[in-house]
Amino acid sequence: MKYEVIVVGGGHAGCEAAYSCAKKGHKTLLMTSNLKNIADMPCNPHIGGSAKGIVVREIDALGGIMGKIADKTHVQIKMLNSAKGPAVQSLRAQGDKITYPKEMLKTLSELENLTIQEGMVEDLIIENNTVKGIVLEDSTKIESKMVILTTGTYLKADILVSSTRTPEGPHGERRSNYLSDNLKKYGFNIIRLKTGTPQRIDRSTIDFSKTKLEPGDNKYLTFSFDLEPQYKIEDQLPCYLTYTTEETHKIIRENINKSSMYGALDDIKGIGPRYCPSIEDKVTRFADKERHQLFLEPESRYYDDIYVQGFSTSMPPEVQELMVHSLPGLEKAKILKYGYAIEYDAIYPTQLHASLETKIINNLFTAGQINGTSGYEEAACQGLMAGINASLKLEGKDPLILKRNDAYIGVLIDDLITKGIRDPYRLLTSRAEFRLLLRSDNADLRLRQYGYNVGLISDEQLNKLNNKKDNINKLQEYLKNNKLKITDEIEEIFNKNNYSIPTSSLTLEQLIKRPEITMEFLSSIIDIPFDDEIKEQVSINLKYEGYINKAIKEADKMLKLEKKNIPQDIDYDKIKNIASEARQKLKEVRPTTIAQAIRISGVNPSDISILSIYLRKEYPNNE
Amino acid sequence: MEDTICAIATALGNGAISIIRVSGHDSISIVNTIFKGKDLTKVESHTINYGHIIDNDKVIDEVLVSIMKAPKSFTCEDVVEINTHGGIAPTNEVLELLLKNGCRLAEAGEFSKRAFLNGRIALIEADAIMDKINAKTRIQNDLATSTLSGKVSNLINELRDDMVEIISNINVNIDYPEYDDVEEITNDILIPKITNLKNRIENILKESKNGKIIKDGIKTCIIGRPNVGKSSLLNALLEEEKAIVTDIAGTTRDIVEGQIQINGILLNIIDTAGIRKTNDLVESIGVEKSLKMMEEADLILFMLNNNEELTDDIKELLDKLDNKNYILIINKIDLENKIDLSNYNLSNVVNMSIKDNIGIDELKQKIIDIFNINAIESKDPTYLSNARSISILESCLKSVKDIEEGLNNNQTIDMLELDIKAIWEKLGTINGTTYEEELLDEMFKRFCLGK
Repeated sequence: MKYEVIVVGGGHAGCEAAYSCAKKGHKTLLMTSNLKNIADMPCNPHIGGSAKGIVVREIDALGGIMGKIADKTHVQIKMLNSAKGPAVQSLRAQGDKITYPKEMLKTLSELENLTIQEGMVEDLIIENNTVKGIVLEDSTKIESKMVILTTGTYLKADILVSSTRTPEGPHGERRSNYLSDNLKKYGFNIIRLKTGTPQRIDRSTIDFSKTKLEPGDNKYLTFSFDLEPQYKIEDQLPCYLTYTTEETHKIIRENINKSSMYGALDDIKGIGPRYCPSIEDKVTRFADKERHQLFLEPESRYYDDIYVQGFSTSMPPEVQELMVHSLPGLEKAKILKYGYAIEYDAIYPTQLHASLETKIINNLFTAGQINGTSGYEEAACQGLMAGINASLKLEGKDPLILKRNDAYIGVLIDDLITKGIRDPYRLLTSRAEFRLLLRSDNADLRLRQYGYNVGLISDEQLNKLNNKKDNINKLQEYLKNNKLKITDEIEEIFNKNNYSIPTSSLTLEQLIKRPEITMEFLSSIIDIPFDDEIKEQVSINLKYEGYINKAIKEADKMLKLEKKNIPQDIDYDKIKNIASEARQKLKEVRPTTIAQAIRISGVNPSDISILSIYLRKEYPNNE
Repeated sequence: MEDTICAIATALGNGAISIIRVSGHDSISIVNTIFKGKDLTKVESHTINYGHIIDNDKVIDEVLVSIMKAPKSFTCEDVVEINTHGGIAPTNEVLELLLKNGCRLAEAGEFSKRAFLNGRIALIEADAIMDKINAKTRIQNDLATSTLSGKVSNLINELRDDMVEIISNINVNIDYPEYDDVEEITNDILIPKITNLKNRIENILKESKNGKIIKDGIKTCIIGRPNVGKSSLLNALLEEEKAIVTDIAGTTRDIVEGQIQINGILLNIIDTAGIRKTNDLVESIGVEKSLKMMEEADLILFMLNNNEELTDDIKELLDKLDNKNYILIINKIDLENKIDLSNYNLSNVVNMSIKDNIGIDELKQKIIDIFNINAIESKDPTYLSNARSISILESCLKSVKDIEEGLNNNQTIDMLELDIKAIWEKLGTINGTTYEEELLDEMFKRFCLGK
């Protein structure tokens, strides 16, 4: 057998999956329908965003590549929510749609164990419920021990523009016609989802003076824990903010029945993302809103397309012309590419184990939009985990399962496999109950060790982490054991800032716990011989100690329930008096722990009580 | 298989009949072996059968036996209820017979536990049923019923719904930081919302404490020197109200209590034994013991002798009455006035001569006034009455105060949201919408024997 792993699809999930398997030394084949589309960004140009930016950091901490590629190529980066608490701060970069895929391809090409090949996959080789390889459209068979499906939006994709439905993927690419039908045949529950994208506008035809400038941050930032900043602050490209007008809304309302989603097509089955509505949805559902924000974002340094964030639509081209020209600054804009909606097949994600291996076919893993998510970051992190776990399975090791208090990645996967989805799943800060523990600043402290354990993080990288940990401890000790010497000069500074003057017995630790005293302030009056990164960690630890301890306590409670395993041979039909909806959900999800069972929607506390008692009675030696 | 369990289901000693409940797989056959009448193993479910309980050939009692077959019974098991003629002796004899024939004595709360385990009742219902079983008065009964019907849940749900609004708004602010369509929640916006939340929780708590009075009664102590008339007062109150003097063995209470009812509210008089014994005791009142009782009580009946000058020990106790619920009873007004209270600013004074039956009604009226008992009775009993719910609510109140402190310290909104969310979750545990493993264990501990 030539390959140990075959990854089907070269998008963001596929790249991470292929990278991690090959990096871990497994012979890997990455199959893509078009070599030009490796790590393509067919929709918005962002990498990161609220919660998603933290995922990129987590990918980097574990040894994935999205963060590094983004750092090397973006045209702008900023920290979102920088005025809020440390738990909700998150990085977002404007990626470059030319250099990002190029850099990714370069990184992948350097991997010894990876082969990248063009071809359309239409079936799998299945024996005894176990995958043995793939079948291409020309019936060529390629064998492997593991297969990872990262097919994105290409399964039976249809592009929808007004009343036309065209069977193709993004950019007019060929779609996979039969793979999803075959998956259905093997027993998968296939669902249909939908998403959309706005127009691209020629930069030179926009009057930016009528828009508001949205520059990058004035501070150097990186996703990766290993890279120094690869850009110059002053070279960042700005974004621009404009708004829809009353005229825009009028055009949309008058032409609403020409939109695919509003009657122009009568066979829409796909469910679109609640979190990313089309402009038709916004205008219809929030009719009293006078205007909606639109961000004009550069797609690349190397071509002129400007992405109109917030304007996704499935109106016919002639209406799109009217819509775009009603926007301030875009009166004379030239549309380079019209907006469209896309429908595609996905599998219902409760059919997955937490390792992302499917419950239906052994050795088959799935990651990204095929699992019902939306977003490059959501896809990439699943690709990474599927790659890691397929490799671990090859190596005969237990899978790496991140818990909800370990990472946003853990939250995402647990949500998918436990709760299922209604619409394309996007990560949100509010989905993470332990968000105070899952911060952007501590992703390495949380996850690097895992990355090292699975072989994606080097000794050198781990040493760097351990150094950081040492220094954090040292600074904490330092603050505990040192006091501020109150001189006349110090008194004056405190008075000037309207801070009450500390007594001489107060330690620096006690001082920094005061709400008004920041680490920056303290560093400005005395020399604290540690890096900013260390200072930031210690400052967060001390200032939010009460909140953090509460979160740790809550997490411990959950972990206790995570230890209460549910035997996988359990027959839910034998448990008397569980509500029928709960019974059906439990049978579908087959949770592995009580903690997971609690999170299933439709399973009520009383059902959990009855289940717990049943386990105690029937499996007395289980705990 | 589960044991067949039995217990006396009614309070021992009072009432015309007693009920012994038997539950479990063998309940019908066991009862049948000590029953003379129809063959109980052959009767229909949900029938009442007349006959006698016999020990060999000796008739113990004339009884009615109800048969409720699984799963249509309280525990979802076969249940038999034997209605005996009241009285401790025959009831105990029947119970012993059952134990001899293969039943096991039910543990505390075991019937309810089985009902719960078999899916017959949810936890919150189990809790309310416990309250209902323990209900000694009509208002208690209403309170327990209203918990069952979900009024408490509604109250909590309203609070939670309002909180969800705040929580989701803050979350939108976090997840869509550049989105200007939704109002950004700031400290200034949050402050009145948090104040409102605090007021509402405090209100429910206040009401709930009334609920507690209804359920648990007013803990009352009678303080006074020997021979001031404490036991006479007690007897007067008890006789007047045909009081329930509990002497149920096996309760955990370490002091015997006298209970009287005033307008449906229970007055629990603590340390009645102590009061009765003081007749034999010498001079000292036992200042320390009295202080301890005053500390524990919801109501202090402080008795003075009109015919006696104030002694030092009494003066010391009088000084401690401030800020407490007390009624000062000046007894023996038929005798010469020797007492001088001019140095004290005392309210709630009742002049009394127990011997002549003067002042008893006035005392009762005072008690009704102090606890606003009439108001309690007429109110819709929607509040929380059990200690678990009250303590959850109190911890929510504490968290609300933490949020207020955070607001004062200019803590960022996203951090405060963590506390708001925690309160929301805690409130959910009151009506069982948030699951917590400990809930189970704690609930079962609260169940009392045999119901």
